[in-house]
Amino acid sequence: MRNALVSAENLQLTLKTDFSSEEQALTIKNEDLKEMLESNKESLKLEAMKRIVGLIAKGKNASELFPAVVKNVASKNIELKKLVYVYLVRYAEEQQDLALLSISTFQRALKDPNQLIRASALRVLSSIRVPIIVPIMMLAIKEAATDLSPYVRKTAAHAIQKLYSLDPDQKEHLIEVIEKLLKDKSTLVAGSVVMAFEEVCPDRIDLIHKNYRKLCNLLVDVEEWGQVVIIHMLTRYARTQFVSPWREDAMFDENNEKAFYDSEEERKVEQTRPYIMDPDHRLLLRNTKPLLQSRNTAVVMAVSQLYWHLAPKHELSIITKSLVRLLRSHREVQYVVLQNIATMSIQRKGMFEPFMKSFYVRSTDATHIKTLKLEILTNLANEANISTILREFQTYVKSQDKAFAAATIQAIGRCATNISEVTDTCLNGLVLLLSNRDETVVAESVVVIKKLLQTQPSQHSDIIKHMAKLFDNITVPMARASILWLMGEYCEHVPKIAPDVLRKMAKTFTNEEDIVKLQIVNLAAKLYLTNSKQTKLLTQYILNLGKYDQNYDIRDRTRFIRQLIVPNEKSGALSKYARRILMAPKPAPVLQSAFKDRDRFQLGTLSHTLNSQASGYLELSDWPAVAPDQSVRNVEVVEPVRLPCIFILFYFLKIMLVLTYICVHVESVSESESEENSDDSNKSSSSQSEKSSSESDSEKKKKTLKNKKLQQLLLIIMTKYILIHIVLSISTQFFVNCMCSLLHLCVFLACQFDAVSWHVHVSLQASSPVFVPETSHELLHRMTGKGLSAQYRFTRQPCIYGNSMVSLQLTLSNSSDQALENIHISEKSSTGQNIHRFNAIERLEPQASVTVSMGVDFNDSTQAANFQLCTKEDEFSVSIQPAVGELLLPITMSEADFTKEQGKLMGMNESSATITMKPENVSSQSVNRKVVSVANIGVIPSSQENIYRFAGKTVSSGSLVLVSVALKDPDAVITINTEKTVIGSMLLRQFKTALTNSGP
Amino acid sequence: MLDNGFPLATESNILKELIRPPTILRSMVNTITGSSNVGETLPTGQLSTIPWRRAGVKYTNNEAYFDVVEEIDAILDKSGTTVFAEIQGVIDACVKLSGMPDLTLSFMNPRLLDDVSFHPCVRYKRWESERVISFVPPDGNFQLMSYHISAQNLVAIPVYVKQNISFFETGSSGRLDITVGPKQTMGKTVEGLVVTVHMPKVVLSANLNATQGTYNYDPVTKILVWDIGKLNPQKLPNLKGSLSLQSGAPKPEENPSLNIDLKIQQLAISGLKVNRLDMYGEKYKPFKGVKYVTKAGKFQVRT
Repeated sequence: MRNALVSAENLQLTLKTDFSSEEQALTIKNEDLKEMLESNKESLKLEAMKRIVGLIAKGKNASELFPAVVKNVASKNIELKKLVYVYLVRYAEEQQDLALLSISTFQRALKDPNQLIRASALRVLSSIRVPIIVPIMMLAIKEAATDLSPYVRKTAAHAIQKLYSLDPDQKEHLIEVIEKLLKDKSTLVAGSVVMAFEEVCPDRIDLIHKNYRKLCNLLVDVEEWGQVVIIHMLTRYARTQFVSPWREDAMFDENNEKAFYDSEEERKVEQTRPYIMDPDHRLLLRNTKPLLQSRNTAVVMAVSQLYWHLAPKHELSIITKSLVRLLRSHREVQYVVLQNIATMSIQRKGMFEPFMKSFYVRSTDATHIKTLKLEILTNLANEANISTILREFQTYVKSQDKAFAAATIQAIGRCATNISEVTDTCLNGLVLLLSNRDETVVAESVVVIKKLLQTQPSQHSDIIKHMAKLFDNITVPMARASILWLMGEYCEHVPKIAPDVLRKMAKTFTNEEDIVKLQIVNLAAKLYLTNSKQTKLLTQYILNLGKYDQNYDIRDRTRFIRQLIVPNEKSGALSKYARRILMAPKPAPVLQSAFKDRDRFQLGTLSHTLNSQASGYLELSDWPAVAPDQSVRNVEVVEPVRLPCIFILFYFLKIMLVLTYICVHVESVSESESEENSDDSNKSSSSQSEKSSSESDSEKKKKTLKNKKLQQLLLIIMTKYILIHIVLSISTQFFVNCMCSLLHLCVFLACQFDAVSWHVHVSLQASSPVFVPETSHELLHRMTGKGLSAQYRFTRQPCIYGNSMVSLQLTLSNSSDQALENIHISEKSSTGQNIHRFNAIERLEPQASVTVSMGVDFNDSTQAANFQLCTKEDEFSVSIQPAVGELLLPITMSEADFTKEQGKLMGMNESSATITMKPENVSSQSVNRKVVSVANIGVIPSSQENIYRFAGKTVSSGSLVLVSVALKDPDAVITINTEKTVIGSMLLRQFKTALTNSGP
Repeated sequence: MLDNGFPLATESNILKELIRPPTILRSMVNTITGSSNVGETLPTGQLSTIPWRRAGVKYTNNEAYFDVVEEIDAILDKSGTTVFAEIQGVIDACVKLSGMPDLTLSFMNPRLLDDVSFHPCVRYKRWESERVISFVPPDGNFQLMSYHISAQNLVAIPVYVKQNISFFETGSSGRLDITVGPKQTMGKTVEGLVVTVHMPKVVLSANLNATQGTYNYDPVTKILVWDIGKLNPQKLPNLKGSLSLQSGAPKPEENPSLNIDLKIQQLAISGLKVNRLDMYGEKYKPFKGVKYVTKAGKFQVRT
């Protein structure tokens, strides 16, 4: 004893010295680190920071280095900065005063032009848990919530939760920010803000109303983890806002039953109006369905629980396949998924029955997975498949994994009670197992047999006898106790064996486990009542043994039993009823799933997995009996901008007038006088505009100066356009054609714009092309075309045949010496493009040429359109390869709108390049000319001197394409923002070549 | 990367941008120059709606490879009949294409696919309507999709196993005799055949004789591994011999089950075939390739 004490003391001493030496070493090292941090070399500082973070990771205290570390927060080196951030987040709470030194750095970084730096500054600032800076944090969050970059807004949403945990008093202010951020349309923000909502104010369901539809629609594009959060939130939301879709089923059943008894009329009265699902409820279900195909298991699980809690019962089956798919995943995922399936399979067997085989157990599965699979198989068992399942169970019982074998036996017991057809088979099988070598298997079988026998005890005395025989070999207390209880309960069925068993037990009483002893006393009492002649002495003996047992429970029981059964003068009325008390018929235990009560928790939650309420668990409310007001979810649609359409129509009408004027004029003027002509037409246009404006006084009031400018511009462009045509051909026939198509165009555009303005909130106005290239491309050479040659060019006008088509002008000429007949485009097109063919040309005389127009839907890709150009005799394969710039249509917008839209199309949607400009290209005119010659886009008036902006949209999908060229002598930065990243990158390449090349 | 416990970036491309994965060359350069693997550039991918693709990708050789890998999950019973079998397939891709390509992959027989899950880059709507996989691929290696062909369809089992494992009541020994032969291999050779047996705890050692390949019994983990290699249909591999048990211990209740691993090149056991791969959005002609492999997944023979 003394020795031990001494050695313990020694140990303590050594420990102490060890500790102090370590401490010493640490302080020495710290000095060393401090020196390194204060040195001028970046690499030394970095090394020191690495070591310090290493110390933190090991759990050592590095707080005294705080002042030395904080100095480096303003370092330029990103890596060093990051390490300092890690340190700050860890120690700022302890050294609050010193931590304040670093705040100004973050405040500066919050104003950085780079969005990523702004975001990370906010992230670190909000991680510093110093109560003094709460107001600064609040301000920073409010500012970041209105940042142009969605990434910074996302970070702001994250910061909300952190600030809330630091200072819950800020809740009201934070809710305001959340409300603002919930309105955000960016998919980046959605997930994070809902996360903040769940954290800060999950009960403020009213904030969701207006954003409900938007969240549903954005859901597919939100990143995976955000999806999980949103789905869970929407599940809760839907349970409070919609009426139950399950009601109908229940109603229906009820009615059916009633129909047997009640008269027809009464039934009609009973029938309530049929259930109609709220369209918003349907929207949620529809939009979450594709997410079942997600690669992220959490998303699939979230959608599954949403369907489980919200979908009508008959739609549930679609989640089955996806859940079964998840079973291939890691075992942790398997565990959670299997648990959820287990809960579902109790209520709805049919869902998983076709996939029963997927739950077959493999010998390599972990035990907890095996038992869960077993649970599910048991839940799925019914009359039809029970034989297959039992056969499968037979294999499991033999498993080397004994815990699993025991669980299988319990499962067999459950099957036997649930399905009465197989009870006997199961019982026989279990009796066979009694001779198993393994204890646990035998014990489990006994327990299960006991339960089974209780349900139908009458005809099973031979099983009880068999068990009595095996009794000596069974050592597991629970099993022994079970057999004893069975003997006592059914001692009348086995009158000869029971006293004998009692005799044996009397011998071994003292060595038994407590639970067995209790049952021995129990058996003795029951036998005493039924067969007192044989067992009176034995009972006395056992009761005496029990009286002096160490365990007070057993002593109590013995005393109680003695008073109850042995009649003496003191014992009162109770002993008369002893028989009725002890031998009362007992209800059979119900064998049921351990998952029975789990459905009180929402599926897929931690509480469900643990089967107890975890902190932060939000109860899923019951369906409301009456749906709350649906209109709260309605969002006011921004009033469509119709006015511009009227203006455009007005302008076009004016242009028409100009055209007629020119048309009349031209007939008398020769080709050589085109210069003069343009002057004339300019003059005429201005006079014309005056005239027309006087015609409509009401319109005139609305016109602003800007509009007038635009109008002038348009007119000039249009006249130029006409002039080009004059140069091309002087035929008056052509002009009539042109007039007709323009008239169509006007009407078409007006209609178009009516439609467009509904979708686009920013008023995008189509404008006519700034520049139309005259170059035509060869479609068919006269040598290959046997005399027929064809050329095409892009007219850059909206196509009249379809709004997703690019309009083309085809010039066909006959250079052979015979007339060509029936020129047309073959009906069968080889590629997928939708082509609007020109009307067949009946006859083309030798040396004559004809111009036709056609439309091709290139689907926003530069894939060539292949088709067959046919004459009466021949067929020629031709293809039109569009330049990427031709797939666009110009639009006009204000500069403010331009920057706003550009802000929405950052990141991946942005492509930019820096080029060196030739000095002769730097003028605004040449930049504009070069850009519009490459692509059919409109010029946006720019207030800044050296920035040129252009806007267009793709023809097929109408996606915005924003181009800006910023000149910084001698370089220029070209930036293209568009959702169509492919088009963006191709355009960029072409602009680069166009702007670097000299010449026109 | 997490922020306050909420996943901020889990896309591998972004993480690779933040901290570049070490290569031999880079670690050499790092030790010389003293720099580290922490990326200097800011991860711009985080900002976009297509976080999986880096901007400004450039390759001299543009190539796109697709591996269709199918795994057979099966349980065979003692007599060799299939208790349960299904196919789990994945399409792994290695795409090294410049710029912003838009790919479309179509199958000869898309109806085969029972249940699919996609990388987020795949446009689900087009799959629903046209049964083609249209996507802007991430850069480098990624798993494009995984699919499941369930037990309802008939699954071809490429090999059969004849086994006889028995433990004697007396003498603490046992016998083992396993033969593997080809069943439905579609004319392809079965390679990389490995039979693994988790022996009961009482088995001390194994004295066996393999006609092909090598066997190894680890007395600590009680795992017998028989590495066969290529399966020769003319001369079936056989493993035969005796097992010695711990003396005095009762004989094991259950015979151990066999796990089989195998590989068949150039075959997708479900019969799935890629029809074509089209690229839009970029001008160059990429080099394309598709490879098929069938493997055994959780392939178990009960004894």
